[in-house]
Amino acid sequence: MEKKGIKIEDVHLSFGSTEVLKGVNLEIKPGEFFAFLGPSGSGKSTLLRAIAGFGPDPRGRILIGNRDVVGMSPWTRNVGMVFQSYALWPHMSVRDNVGFGLKERKLPTSQIRPKVDAALDLVDLSHLADRMPNQLSGGQQQRIALARTVVVEPEVLLLDEPLSNLDASLRVQMRRELLRLQRQLGLTTIFVTHDQEEANTTSDRMAVLDGGVIQQVGTPQELYDTPANLFVANFLGTANILEGRVEVDGADARFVTKTGDPLSLPKGAVTSGSNIVLRPQNISITKKAGANALEGKILHKEFLGSQIRYLVAAGGTEIVVDQSHSAGVDGFDTGALVHLQANTSGAVVL
Amino acid sequence: MSLTSSSDGQRPGLADRLPSWLVPNLSGLHIIAIMIALLLIGLLLVPVAQVMIVAFQDPATGAATLQNFVDFFGSALFRESSWNSFYVSAMSVVVATAIALPLAYITTRFHFSGSILIQSLGFIPLIMPPFVGAVAMQLIFGRNGTVNLILRDNFGFSIPFMEGLNGVILVQSIHYFPFILINLSASLRNIDRSMEEAAQNLGSHGLRLFRRIVFPLAMPGYIAGAALVFIKVFDDLGTPLLLNVNNMLAPQAFLRISSIGISDPMGYVISVILVVFSVLSLWASFLFMRGKDYATVQKGGGGIAKRTLKPAEKALAYGTVIFILLLVLSPHIGLLLLSFGTIWSFAPLPDGYTLQNYITMWEGSKTFIMNTILYAGIAATLDVIIGTAIAYIVIRTNIFGRKALDYLATAALAVPGVVLGIGYLRTFHQFDVPFTGEPMASWWVIIALALMIRRLPYALRACTAALQQVSLALEEAAESLGATKRRTIQKVVVPLMTGGILAGFVTSFATAAVELSATIMLVSSNNDAPLAYGIYLFMQTPSGRGAGAALGIVAVIVVAIGTIASQIIIERDKKLKASSGDH
Repeated sequence: MEKKGIKIEDVHLSFGSTEVLKGVNLEIKPGEFFAFLGPSGSGKSTLLRAIAGFGPDPRGRILIGNRDVVGMSPWTRNVGMVFQSYALWPHMSVRDNVGFGLKERKLPTSQIRPKVDAALDLVDLSHLADRMPNQLSGGQQQRIALARTVVVEPEVLLLDEPLSNLDASLRVQMRRELLRLQRQLGLTTIFVTHDQEEANTTSDRMAVLDGGVIQQVGTPQELYDTPANLFVANFLGTANILEGRVEVDGADARFVTKTGDPLSLPKGAVTSGSNIVLRPQNISITKKAGANALEGKILHKEFLGSQIRYLVAAGGTEIVVDQSHSAGVDGFDTGALVHLQANTSGAVVL
Repeated sequence: MSLTSSSDGQRPGLADRLPSWLVPNLSGLHIIAIMIALLLIGLLLVPVAQVMIVAFQDPATGAATLQNFVDFFGSALFRESSWNSFYVSAMSVVVATAIALPLAYITTRFHFSGSILIQSLGFIPLIMPPFVGAVAMQLIFGRNGTVNLILRDNFGFSIPFMEGLNGVILVQSIHYFPFILINLSASLRNIDRSMEEAAQNLGSHGLRLFRRIVFPLAMPGYIAGAALVFIKVFDDLGTPLLLNVNNMLAPQAFLRISSIGISDPMGYVISVILVVFSVLSLWASFLFMRGKDYATVQKGGGGIAKRTLKPAEKALAYGTVIFILLLVLSPHIGLLLLSFGTIWSFAPLPDGYTLQNYITMWEGSKTFIMNTILYAGIAATLDVIIGTAIAYIVIRTNIFGRKALDYLATAALAVPGVVLGIGYLRTFHQFDVPFTGEPMASWWVIIALALMIRRLPYALRACTAALQQVSLALEEAAESLGATKRRTIQKVVVPLMTGGILAGFVTSFATAAVELSATIMLVSSNNDAPLAYGIYLFMQTPSGRGAGAALGIVAVIVVAIGTIASQIIIERDKKLKASSGDH
C-alpha cells in the first residue's frame, strides 16, 4: 500500500471558550515515526484525536494523503488509533476484538480468520486468540490493541500514550517492539507522549508542544542540541540557563554572565540573546581557576551511581553539574569552593 | 495466720470451677449477635421453613408426600395461573424495557436538556404502591376509560389495554421500569468513551455500534434490573387482586388461604413455587453477571461521549420522552383526578370536582393512618437498630458466623410478601399472646414484625454503607484514649453513622407504610389494618373509590416525602463528611 503523509494546516480547536490548539502547522512525511511531545494540557492528545475525528471539529485542514478529513466521521477516515487504556472490549474474545474492524468492513468470514491470525502472529500472541481481555496482562492487552488496529490496514497509525499504563521495564521492551512493528509495516505513525525518553528513542522526528502551539519540530538530536527556545531547552533533558549578554569583538564572540564572567562562544554561534544554555555534562568542576570558568560553591550532592550530580551556586544562579563517577574517587564535598569549567563548543544562546 | 489455707487467695467462683466449654467467654457483641440470630431464625427462617414443610406434607396425616404438587399440576386452574404469572412477569420485563431503554439511551448518549428531569421523574413510579395506581389506570386506559372513550368517539375502535392480564402487565411495567432505567443508565455511564471510540475508529457507528459494543457492555446492569422486575412482578399480590385478575399464582395463594383456610396445602405449594422462582431468577442473573464487571471508566474518562442532537432528532427525542412520561405519570394524574372528582364513569374526565373525598377519607381512615404510623414506626426503628448491629458485627468483628447473619437478613429479599404472610399465619396460630390469650397470628404486633423483616435488607444496606464511611482509625483513636468498646460504639461510631441510619429509617418507614402483600394476609380486623389495606378496602366498592384515591394520594405523599428526606439526609451527610475530613 502506498504510504500516506499527513499535513496539518493552521488548525485551531476550542473546547467552549478555551482554545486548546492555536494554529498548528505540521507536515509528517510518509512512513515516518513521528512523536508529539509535551506536558499535560499542551494539546498533543487533542491534536491526535482531531486527526482521528474525535472531539469537536477543528478549524483549518488536516490532510491525510490528499484527502482533507476535517468534518468526516471517525468511521470513514481509515485512521488506526491505539488508545491509552487499550479499550479492548471486555465482552469479546481476543479473536473477536481483533476481527471487529474486518467484520465492520463486511469481509467474508473466510478472509477474516487468516487476517486475524496474521495480525496476532505479528504481535506474537497467536496462542491467546481465545482468551478474554481480562485474562491478559497489561503488555499483552497493549499488543492485542495494536493488532486490532493494524489488521484493518489503516492509512496512518495513531498511538495515544500507549506505554503509560505499563511498568518501567515493560515500557522499554514495548517501545522497541513498537518501533520494529512500525518499520515492518512502514505505516506513517504518530506517537503521543509526555516522556522525552520515549520520544527520543522511538521517533524519526518529533514536535514539542506547549500551550496549544508547536514550539519546535526536528529530530530528537536537533531538538536537544539546538533548542529553539527556553521551553524546549528545559523540557528536553536538564538545562542550566544563565542570564547575561553577548559581546562581539571582531571575529570573537563571548557571553558575559550577570556576574561578569566571560564565556567564549564558538565561531558561527548565534550572537544575540540574553540566555546561554549549558547541559550538566558539558560542565566540569575543578579546583583551579581558568578561562571559561565560573567561581562557585557546592550546595548539594547526589550520588546516582554512574554519575554524581552537584548543585552549585555560580553565575548568579544554581547550576546542575554531572560528573562521571569512577570507583574510589570521592568527588567534592558540600560547601566546597570550586570553579566550573564550561565547555561552550555546543552551547546555545537564546 | 492459718496453717491450712492461704488466706490471700479468694475462693474460686462457681463459673471458674465448671469446665471452660460450658461457660464461654462471651462479649456483649457476641450476645447481641446471638439475639439477632435467634430473632431472624424465629421470624424469617422458621416461618418460611414451615411453609416449605407443609407443602410437602399430607394435610391429613402429616406424612411426607409429593401429592400436593401432583394435585397442583393436575389442576387446570393452577396450570393456567402458573403460566399467567410467568407470562405477565416476562411481558412486564419486555414492556418495562421498551419504556426504560429509550430514556436511558437518550439521557446518557446526548446533550439533552431534559436529562435531569427524566432521571428524577423516572423514580416517581416507585413512590406509589402499584396497586394504588391500578384503579386510576383502569379509569384512564380501561374499556370505558378516558383513552378508549376518545378513541371510540373519534376513530370507532378501542384498545384492550387493561383487559385481564394486559392490565396487570401495563400497571406493573409502568411501576417497575425504574429498576431497569436506574441500572441500565448506571451501566451506560460506566462505559469508558474509548470503548466506543475504538469501535468508531475501526469503522462502526450508529445502531450497529450500539448493538455490538454499547448494549453488550451495559448488559450486566440491564440483567440486574430485569431480574428484579421479573421477581417483583411474579411475587406481587396487590395489583392483580385490585384489577380482579385472580388466575395468577400470588392471588391464588391468597384466595386459598383466606377462603379455604390455613390447612389447605395449595397455598403452601404456590408459596414454594414463588420462592423457588425468586431464588432461581436471582441465581440466574448472578450466574450471567459473574465475571462480567464491565465498568470500564478510566480516571478522567467520564462515560460514553455525549453528542448534540440535530433539530429533527431533538424533536423526536422530546416526543418520545414526553410520551413516555405521560404514560408513566398517568396513574398519578388519574389518582389525583379521582381523588378530587365527584363521579367518574363513562366519561373522559370526572363530572365535577370536590374536596368531599378527602373529608370522607379522613373520617373513615384515621385508624388506618394511625396504625400505619405505629406499624411502620416500629418496623423501621427495629430495622435500623438491627441493621446497625449486623453491619457492625459483619464489618468490624470476627465473630463466628457473622457472614451468615448478613445473608440471613438479606435473604428476606427473596421471600415474597405472600409467603411470609402465610408462614406467619401458620407458625403463630398455634401460639397465644401472653396475658390476653388471643391467637398470636391475629395480633397486630405480628404485622409490625413482618414489615420489619421485609424492610430489613434495605435498612441493612443503608447502615452498612454508613459504617463503611466511618474510618476504623477514628474508632482506634477512641480506644487508644481509653474508651471501652461499648463507649466507642456509643460515642463515636453511631453518631458518625447517624446520616445513614436516618436515611435507612426513612426509607424503611416510607416503604413499609404502603406494603400490602404481607399485611393483607395478617390483618384480622379492620381496626388493625394499615393504610395500604385501607386503600384496598376502599377500592373494593365504586362509591369508595374517591376516598380510596384520596388515601392513595396520602400514601404517595408519605413515600415521596420519605424519599426526598432520605436523599437530603444522605447528601447533607456526604457534605459534612467531605468538609470535616479529606479522605
